[in-house]
This record gives sequence, structure tokens and C-alpha cells, in this order.
Amino acid sequence: MLQVDNKTLNSWERLRDSDIYFSFIKSPTAIVSSVILLIIFFCSFFVEFVTPHNPFDPASLSLMEAFTPPSWTEDGMAKFILGTDGQGRDMLSTILYGSRISLIVGFSAIIFSLILGVSLGLTAGYFGGKYEMIVMRLTDVQLTVPSILMALLVDGIARGIISREMHDEMAIYVLIFAIGISEWPQFARVSRAATLVEKNKDYVSASSIIGVSNLLIMFKHILPNIMRPILVIGTIGLALAIIAESTLSFLGVGVPPTTPSLGTLIRLGNDFLFSGEWWITFFPAIFLVILAFSINLLGDWMRDTLNPRLKK
Amino acid sequence: MTFLKINNLSVDYKMRKETVNAAKNINIDIKKGEIVGLVGESGSGKSTVANAIVNLIDEPGKVSSGSILMGETNISGNPETIVQYRGKKIGLIFQDPQTSLNPILTIGEQLIETIQTHLNLSSEDAKNKAINLLKEVGIKDAEKRFYNYPHQFSGGMRQRVVISLALCCEPELLIADEPTTALDVSIQSQILELIKRLTKERNLAVILITHDMGVIAETTDRVAVMKNGDLVEIGLTKQVLVEPKEKYTKSLVSSVPPTNKKISRFTIIEKENVSDQNNNVKILNRWSKKIIVDQNLIEIKNLSKSFDDSFFTENTKNSVMAVDDVSLNIKEGQSFGLVGESGSGKTTIAKMVVNLFKPSSGDIYFDSVNVTKIKKNKDLLKFRKQIQMIFQDPFSSLNGRLKVKEIIAEPIKLHNPDIKSSDLDSYIHDLLESVELTQQSAIRYPHEFSGGQRQRISIARALATQPRLLVCDEPTSALDVSIQAQILNLLKDLQEQLNLTILFISHDLPVVRQMCDKIAVLKDGKLCEVSETEELFKNPKHNYTKELLKLMPKIESIYN
Repeated sequence: MLQVDNKTLNSWERLRDSDIYFSFIKSPTAIVSSVILLIIFFCSFFVEFVTPHNPFDPASLSLMEAFTPPSWTEDGMAKFILGTDGQGRDMLSTILYGSRISLIVGFSAIIFSLILGVSLGLTAGYFGGKYEMIVMRLTDVQLTVPSILMALLVDGIARGIISREMHDEMAIYVLIFAIGISEWPQFARVSRAATLVEKNKDYVSASSIIGVSNLLIMFKHILPNIMRPILVIGTIGLALAIIAESTLSFLGVGVPPTTPSLGTLIRLGNDFLFSGEWWITFFPAIFLVILAFSINLLGDWMRDTLNPRLKK
Repeated sequence: MTFLKINNLSVDYKMRKETVNAAKNINIDIKKGEIVGLVGESGSGKSTVANAIVNLIDEPGKVSSGSILMGETNISGNPETIVQYRGKKIGLIFQDPQTSLNPILTIGEQLIETIQTHLNLSSEDAKNKAINLLKEVGIKDAEKRFYNYPHQFSGGMRQRVVISLALCCEPELLIADEPTTALDVSIQSQILELIKRLTKERNLAVILITHDMGVIAETTDRVAVMKNGDLVEIGLTKQVLVEPKEKYTKSLVSSVPPTNKKISRFTIIEKENVSDQNNNVKILNRWSKKIIVDQNLIEIKNLSKSFDDSFFTENTKNSVMAVDDVSLNIKEGQSFGLVGESGSGKTTIAKMVVNLFKPSSGDIYFDSVNVTKIKKNKDLLKFRKQIQMIFQDPFSSLNGRLKVKEIIAEPIKLHNPDIKSSDLDSYIHDLLESVELTQQSAIRYPHEFSGGQRQRISIARALATQPRLLVCDEPTSALDVSIQAQILNLLKDLQEQLNLTILFISHDLPVVRQMCDKIAVLKDGKLCEVSETEELFKNPKHNYTKELLKLMPKIESIYN
């Protein structure tokens, strides 16, 4: 009889039993950053239920309340914890609405570049030959173009093609495409390298001998085995994508001011910085830093845990 | 006069879930001028004991009790003493000569560095000493080779350099941890001879760690048998191997394939945790029975394969002939052995037979069909079904992300897409039973199994397509000897019951003798000799075969 204990574990118990769970509860950084992220995600996606104000409902706005400083300062009002902006919108609510846009763009962009990069990298590593060479040279070319420049280029072209009225509607998709297209080489490189290692393992040979098709070998056998490094760079890439979105919006080529993201808010607030209304730009900026920092910390923890070579 | 005294040594590894006692109350005494073997299967704690002596136990391991006395000095528990002793009074030889030398320094620099760290010698004296040492360990042209880098030496020569490094400060104790496991048979015997000679000449105390009973029999004076951290038995080598007292030692000795005769089955005393009855009736019912006709199942004609380094050179003359004009016939129902040292091309032949590599020239006929010429996918699939392979490394041959059930279901579903799920389940169940695994195994993941059990899963997967030919590429080289015996028994049983033809590839002559009817000996991609097994072992014709047979470590040598 098998020596291993005879009860079978369900998925939850398997997770509780795993080294990843153990390493998670032993790492304060991982716990703190994931708690912060959970709160941010929750508040951003259920923003209508969380915030007391709807900053995009013109009826609720009063210009009398514009430029109210944060509540703990002398002129602050209790109902606007982080103050208001030039149109009397509550900063906290605006930030949460903005971070929803930022998160949606960030996640979509990273998923787009992940799918593109991984499928190119995986097939390149598996088939090799001229195809691999072409794909890898493409990534080299892509990496020589700074990603912001690439995104600006895409945005510029999009403005040329899409009519003015349509552009505001399409802006968010253009942004996702622009950021996604500038980040795929990372995924292509990592997944190609991991595929090269995996494809020489005997289980892949065994599958070919059985007669399994190349497509099935790649996506059923190799892909799950190369997911770890991809998840790690995906997490860190998410932070980069959110920052890229903010940068583009700050430069004015991102989402339009009617649906502001964190970057748009920072840009709008920037105009008031020298007239003393520091909170309009300061709080969105701090929020962005906390968001990106937490994602990066979580990504670092994942890299250390999922890469056995770094273990001491 | 006892030189090294290990007293009640215990080493604990405090892990997340439990504390592992890697060594429990070990007592070993070693005299000068004697070689003490430390033998055991993987995880038995033999390396732990050696590492404890030189205080090189990895975190989170700790010596929890006991002491180690060298002469009169207690060397355990005092890190400063042991740092001085390491390299100076204690020399170490590790398994892999590839990694135990620094690739960016010449061997001369490495030797001089070690000598000057411990002995107060001028550069000139150190160099002379180093060259003398290289001569002593049998390196020709030592004055010239002194300036060479490690990659310019072959594996065996490199291990000699490692030994000279271990000896350069006149140590009194030499610890050799699997010193020949990474080497071919012919080089292994030279290195063992060298260690024996040095032990006598320099009056060393030597601890030789190995899993190979043949090496133990030929080299050591006394042997300590370990299992799960316990010292099972210690005594004169001859006494322990010929009249083992403990049950475990008996099972270990009986699992070793004898080199001098063919036995029908290995006697298994302690079986791995698998179900007891080998019940192949069920799987037999599914097998479309083939009557063995006296005909060739596989015909290999003038097969060649070259790997050219077109990346480095345009010149095709530089291409390596991995397989060079090999012709073989394998009869249906036969088990055919392919023997050779590393780089002899045996795995390349196997991969061409299963159609993973395309041959550079030559043909392979399977059941009179030329398989190198199969073009259509449908025909290829039909051919794939009939030939399956079992790999050497049980850890990389199963996809760790799939359950055992899914691993075995894949070939079944592929070749029989319309199978009902109830049929599929019962088929998987029968297959698991035929390799003596329990039904619960189906819902587990590969990492929950030991190496031997994983190899059984591999076999079940290979049998799922009901193949006629099973290519076994070193199926037991990565396994412990007692597990090896069980897997070999299983393969023999399956072959008999299912009329399988087996192409058995191995570097291990005793194993091949037990498994095969006919044997082909390969060297550098060329065929040396093909003959019936007993004929080959009794009257080898080719010089290379004679040498291989002479050099293989024989456990029977203990009787002489």
C-alpha cells in the first residue's frame, strides 16, 4: 500500500499545506502589501458603494466648496476628508474612481501583452529555427524603443486614424493597446527561455512518442510548467503598466479628463500646486506610489518564493 | 590504533513539518591505512555523516549529539579547529569532477593556492610539490598539464586532479563521497585503484561513500551499512557481504544483480510500498494477443546520425558521428540489450527508433515498414502506438502539473477518442494494478511518489497504448539498488505476460545480463559486437568487450 497518507486533500487543503502558503504567512511584507492591495481593489471596484460622494454627478457639486483643503487643516470640512478640487469634487472619491480606471487599464494591458508575449515566446522556443529567430529579433527591436515612446507613437497613430468624436470613447482601448504592445517582449523572452528548458525534459519526449500534437504539448504540458516565472514578471509588469498609464495620462495622451485616471488627476492638480492647493495633486500621487509599491513588493515576494534557486 | 572515532553522532534537520533525523547515534571507528565503506541507499544518511566530520552540514541541519575525535582532538563542536583541519588534515573528494574545480583557474593555480593556504612554502617549492602530486596521481606530462584549465582534462583525469588537490597538504584522513559515480566503468576502476594505492603508500584513513555494492566489494576493508539514518551493520566487508546478519543487509545484497550468472528473478526481501499481487489478467484481456512468429520486429540498416556544429563552423568534417553505420535486428518477443559508455550513441539510437530524431542516413524497419519514410500523420500515429519508451529520470519524465490519472489517460484518449469515461477509469485502474500501484494513486500528483513508484507510473503510461516494442533507456540508473531489482522484476513479468519486445539500454553490464537475451556493445557510435548474452559474457570476442567485462566492479570478487 502507498506510504503517503491515505486521505486525499481538496484544493483548499492542498493550498494550506503548500510551501507557498507557508512562505506567505511567514512574510510580513507579503501580508501587508496584499492587504493594502485587497483594500484598494475592493474600494476601487465597488466605488459607488464605498464613497459618500459621486464626483461625476454635476448636481451634487457646488463651486462654493471648491478648493477645500483636507479635513484636518484649519479650513477643512469634515465631509471632504482629503479636500476638494477646483470644481468642488471630493478628492477621496475622485481618487478611487480614478484608480478604478487605472487598474482596469493596467490589468487589461498586462493581460494583452501576456497573451501576445507568451504565445510568441512559447511557440518560438518550441519550434526554434527561423521562426524563433524572427520573433526574438522582433523583441530586440521592440526593446530598443522606450515603452513610453512606443505608447506615444501608438496614440499618435490612433489619433490620426480615429475621428475626433470617436477618440474620447476609444481612448481607453488605444491606451490598453499602446501599453500592452510595449510590454510584450518581457513575456516573450521569459517564456521562450523557460520553454527551451522544459522542451528537453523527458515528459515532453514521452508525449511526442505517444503521438500528442505539438499544439497540445505546448499548451497542456509546457505552458502550466512555465507559469511561475511568467506570473512573477506579470505582477511586476502590472505595476509598470499602471505607472505607464499614469505617465501617459499625465502627458495628456491618456484617458480624457471627463473620466480621469490617477495620472489625469495628478496632471489636473499640478496646475494648482504653486498656488498652494497642494492636496489636489499630492493625494493621487501618494495613492499611485502606494499602489505600485505594494504590487512590486508582492511581486518580489513571489519571485523569491517561486524561484527555488534564490532560496537560502 | 583508532585514528578517527565517531561517537554517538546524531544529526537533525529541523524542517517545517517535522524534524528529520538524518543520522541517529552513529558509532564508527577508523584506523590508519584502511578504507571504510559507507553504503546505503539515497536518504540513508551516508553523506550526512561525512559532512558532519568536516562540519559542512547545510542549514537547517545540526549535530544534535555525539562527538568526533581525530587522534586526541575533539573536532566536532569547534568550528575553528575544523576550519584548520579541512584541507590540511582532512582531504575531500566529491562526486562530480566537473563542478569541484574552478573553471577559470589553471589546475596549477588551484593546487598552489591550496598548498600555500595550509603549508608555509615558497611559490617555487609549492609548484614543485604540485607537479610531484600530479605525477603521483598518474597524470602524464605533469609539467605541461600544470598550466592547463580544468576543461582541458577528461572526466577521469579531472577526478585525478581533484584527488591531488585533496592530497596536497598531506592529509591523514580522506573522505571520498561517491568519487566514481559520475565516471564510466573503465575510468572508475582506475580511480579506485589509485585510491587503494594511495591509502597504502601514505597510510591514510579513508571513508568511501558509495551506493555501489561492487565498488564496496572491490575496494573497502570494512563496511558500514546505513538505512534511514541508522547504522544497520558494520564489520569486515567480506563478512558483511557474504554473511549479512541484518535483514536489511541481506535484502540489499540480494538485490545486487550478480555479474557471473543469470537469475530468473531477484529475490525481494523488503518490498517498496506497492500492492502485493501482480495481477495482469485484466490488462491481458484488453491486449490484442499477438502470436510470436520467428521474425524481426525491428531491422536497423546502416543507421548513422551526425550532429554538426554548424553554429561554430562551416566545415561539416567537424560534425560528430553520434551513431556510425549501425545495423541490428531485433526479433519479436526478444529483449535486446544495447550497452556502452557515455557518448557511445546508445540513447541516440533509441531516439531514432521511437522517431524523435531523424537519422542522417540509413533505415529503420518496424514490422517490415520503413519508419523513417512515414510521412502522413495518421500513419505516424499508428506507428507511435506500437512503440513506447521509458526514460531514465523518473523526475522529469512525468508532467508534475497533471494527476497520475490524467497522465495515463492521455495516450488512451489519443488513440481511442471514443472511449467511455467508465471504460477509461477501469482501464487506468487495470494499468495501475499491472504495475503494482494502488487505485488511490490515480488521483495523486507525481511529486507524492518515490522514484521507483514514478518509474512504475511511466511504465503504466507506456503500456496504455498496448505497444509491441518497449524502449527502456537506462530505466533503473537513477534508482536505488533494491528498487532497481523490483522494477527489473516487473519488466520481466510484463514482458513474459504481454509478449513485449524490449530494447534495453544500459551502461550497467550486470543489469543487462539479467534482462536481455541478446546484447550489442557500442563504442563511439560504432557497433563492436552483437551476440547472445551468455556467449558474450563467457566468450567476448571484441577487445573492448573484454576490457569492459574485466573492469566492471564485481560483488563476487569478495569470495576470492
